[in-house]
Amino acid sequence: MTEQINRLTPFQIDALRELGNIGAGNSATALAQFLHREIKMEVPSARILSIEEIPEIMGGEERPVGCVLLRMLGEAPGKIVYLVEEQSMQRLLTLVLGREPGECLGELEQSAMQEIANILSGSFLNSINKMTGFNCVQSLPSFVLDMAGAVLGSIAAHEGQFGNQALFLETSFFEGDHKIFSKFFLIPEPGSLEKILGAIGAESYEQSDSRANG
Amino acid sequence: MNSLIPVRMGELKISRPPDLLGCTGLGSCVGLVLYDSEKKIGGLAHIILPQAGKNGKEVEKPGKYANTAIPLLVENLQRAGAEPEKLWAKMAGGAHMFSFVTDNDLGRIGERNVEAVERILKELKIPLLSMDCGGKEGRTIKFSLETGELAIKTFQKGEKII
Repeated sequence: MTEQINRLTPFQIDALRELGNIGAGNSATALAQFLHREIKMEVPSARILSIEEIPEIMGGEERPVGCVLLRMLGEAPGKIVYLVEEQSMQRLLTLVLGREPGECLGELEQSAMQEIANILSGSFLNSINKMTGFNCVQSLPSFVLDMAGAVLGSIAAHEGQFGNQALFLETSFFEGDHKIFSKFFLIPEPGSLEKILGAIGAESYEQSDSRANG
Repeated sequence: MNSLIPVRMGELKISRPPDLLGCTGLGSCVGLVLYDSEKKIGGLAHIILPQAGKNGKEVEKPGKYANTAIPLLVENLQRAGAEPEKLWAKMAGGAHMFSFVTDNDLGRIGERNVEAVERILKELKIPLLSMDCGGKEGRTIKFSLETGELAIKTFQKGEKII
C-alpha cells in the first residue's frame, strides 16, 4: 500500500490539492456562517508523511491540543481530523458559547468542538461527493484534549497498519480578531486514494503501470 | 547533567547511566523498558503496533512492531553486555484515546499492543515488574538508567513513578 503513495505523480498530487482546495473553501464558508466571523484559510497542501513524522505536525509533541476525529465512511474510507492548539480552542469556545470555558472542559464545550468539526467535515465531504459522485458520510465525532504527540501518535498507529506513509490533505483555518488558529486534515486510506483519483480523472496507478509495461 | 535520549515512534535505543531514555506523548503506542540492573544497561522501545504483517517479507522497520522490536531489543542489549536472563521489564502506554460508539478498531490498537507485549515477554521469560497502561490519557515517559525508575507524566494527572 505504501508503494502506491510513493508512486503518486506530481499531477496526481496537484489534483488532490485542488480537491482539498475546493473542499476547504466550502468548509471555510460554512464555519464563517456558523461563527458569524470572517474565516481565512491557507492554500491546502497534500503532504506525504512517514508515520514517525505525524506526531510532530503540530509543533511540540507535549503541546496540549484539542482534537476531533471523525471517520470518513463509504466508497473512500479514511479519517478526518480537526486540531486546535489549546489557547486557540479556549478563544474559539468563548466565541461559540459566549462565555469563557472553565479549566476543565465540560460536556457543552466538548460538544461545541465536535459540532465545529462536524460542520467543517460535512461541508468538505459534500464537495468531495459532488466532484467524485461518491456518497461518503462521516461518523460521529470523537473529541480529545491531550498532548499533541499522543493524539497524533494514535492516529499514526492506525495509519501504520496500512504502510509506513500516509497522505495528508492539510488546510489551516484562521479567525483573525481572536487569533484562532486550527488545522484540518483529510487522511484517505491508500485504497481510497486510488478511487478518488479515478473518479476525478487523474490517472490511476494501474493505468500508468500497464502503460509502462506495455 | 544527564542527557535525555528521545526514542521516537518505531525506534528502539539502549544506553547506560547517567542517561535517561524517553518517549514524548505515547498514545496507543507502548513504551517498553528492558533493564539489566546489575550491569546497568537498559533499552527502550517505542512500539506502534502489535504484529508485523504475515506476508513473509522482511520487516522494513522492526522497531515498529511488538513481535519484532522486543527480540531485537534483547539482542542489542546482549551485544552491549547485558545478560538476557537478568533482564526485567516495565511498560507504559497503550491508551484508548478516541472512543467511537460504532467502530472500535482504532481504540483497540492500544489494548492489542499491551496484550502482545505481555505475551511476548512471557514467551521470552522476562519478568514484567510494573506497568501503567490503558486509560484514555496520553503519557510522556522517562526511564532512568541509574535507578531503574520509570517516570510517567500525563496531561491531567501529573507525574508518577513506577
